[in-house]
Amino acid sequence: MELTLFYIAAAVAIAAAALVVTRLNAAHALVWLVVALLAIAVIFFLLGAPFAAALEIVIYAGAIVVLFLFVVMMLNLGRRSITRERLWLEPGMWIGPAILTAILFGEMIFLIASSDTGDAGSPVGPKAVGEALFGQYLLAVELAAMLLLAALVGAYHLGRRYLRDRREEAS
Amino acid sequence: MELNWSYLLIVPLAVGALVLALFIVWWERRLLGWWQDRLGPNRVGPFGVLQALADMVKLLTKDDWLPPFGDRVFFILAPAIVVGSMLMAFVIVPFGPGLHVTDSNIAILFFLAMSSLAVYGVLLGGLSSNNKYAMLGGLRAGAQMLTYEVFMGLSLMGVVIHAGSFSLVDIVESQRGMWYVLPQCVGFFIFLIAGLAESHRLPFDLPEAEHELTAGFHTEYSGMKFGLIMAGEYLAMMLTSALVVTLFFGGWLGPSFLPPVVWFALKTALVINFFILLRAAIPRPRYDQLMSLGWKVLLPLSLVNLLVTGAIALAAAD
Repeated sequence: MELTLFYIAAAVAIAAAALVVTRLNAAHALVWLVVALLAIAVIFFLLGAPFAAALEIVIYAGAIVVLFLFVVMMLNLGRRSITRERLWLEPGMWIGPAILTAILFGEMIFLIASSDTGDAGSPVGPKAVGEALFGQYLLAVELAAMLLLAALVGAYHLGRRYLRDRREEAS
Repeated sequence: MELNWSYLLIVPLAVGALVLALFIVWWERRLLGWWQDRLGPNRVGPFGVLQALADMVKLLTKDDWLPPFGDRVFFILAPAIVVGSMLMAFVIVPFGPGLHVTDSNIAILFFLAMSSLAVYGVLLGGLSSNNKYAMLGGLRAGAQMLTYEVFMGLSLMGVVIHAGSFSLVDIVESQRGMWYVLPQCVGFFIFLIAGLAESHRLPFDLPEAEHELTAGFHTEYSGMKFGLIMAGEYLAMMLTSALVVTLFFGGWLGPSFLPPVVWFALKTALVINFFILLRAAIPRPRYDQLMSLGWKVLLPLSLVNLLVTGAIALAAAD
């Protein structure tokens, strides 16, 4: 039962991810990206990580892609961008990435075939995730938080300079 | 994975929520009429109760127009996302002891996930209409919902600290001693405001503010698609009320002379009436006021609330 659900979700994720790459309209590609993220959330849930599944939807599908869509709406991409996208997606473009991906795919098959994957893992509840994050990995969490704070200050600085220029223009 | 009898609740829950949303429209119009010293709809049936039915018949028989200049797929998808995500979120609401579709240890996160997916309905509706007003409304809705989601989640974490669980059943059970509205009153007010902004109802209905944006993101919608968007808004209000009751007012708990489900329904009805009263009482803020209230006041406040709650919980644990 769970294996069937996993294969369905995995198939949806792969199909949606392929459509993200090949869509010419940016908004359509983003909606397919949301579908792919939802499928990955289902896979997380099936693997016994409900907390990761919920955060996948709340943060990636619900916040980050919304911001992407937001930018796409602001840019007001028209027909011109679709023709440009079509030019970028020429058949010749596929060769390089396809070779590199094939190498990685081969490596992955080799690793799966050669290593022992008998351990199916055990479900991890929200509490266990919290304990791991703020116990064992506290330093990494704090470092990531510092990095995000730096990004926040940087974004604020850029926004403030833009606003100051606008104010000077107005006066 | 064995099938549970509580899954039988899904269909009556979905149908019941939609029908109730219809009648809340009538109830809201009657209440607003009463508060504003006029009658409101009172012609169809006793006290005008059947007005909701008449409205539905009107919406269903109207011409369902698709804008030829827009994106047809997104245009059809958007109302479905609005209603679908809200109905999905109802599965975690415990209506009484044992009376819930599912009780999981990520229930609150599931609610936050569904309410964040509801943004897509509004954004795609605005994008696909290919219309200036709809676009502006969609952008506003996106920014507003994203902003208020941030501390909607943060405001609930105080309750989670108190109860020690994300499960709504556990949260209700742990309120036997005291309702969380007292120790978490800051969290309660923030959640109330965030819930209001999430369901973009007056006074926070700037995505569809008719004085500046005609009807905002649903300007181009007509017929049943418009009806679905409206239903989604009322479903969001019902869901927020149900969660306010569950998280802060003890859910189904109450003196034993009434069954638990009735207590839950009464409390939820009271909160819904409060939301309607807010609509009648408070004028719309300006859009930049709404955003700066969110980022500059409510976000720091919810962080401080979380910090203090955490410190107290830590001190009590020692």
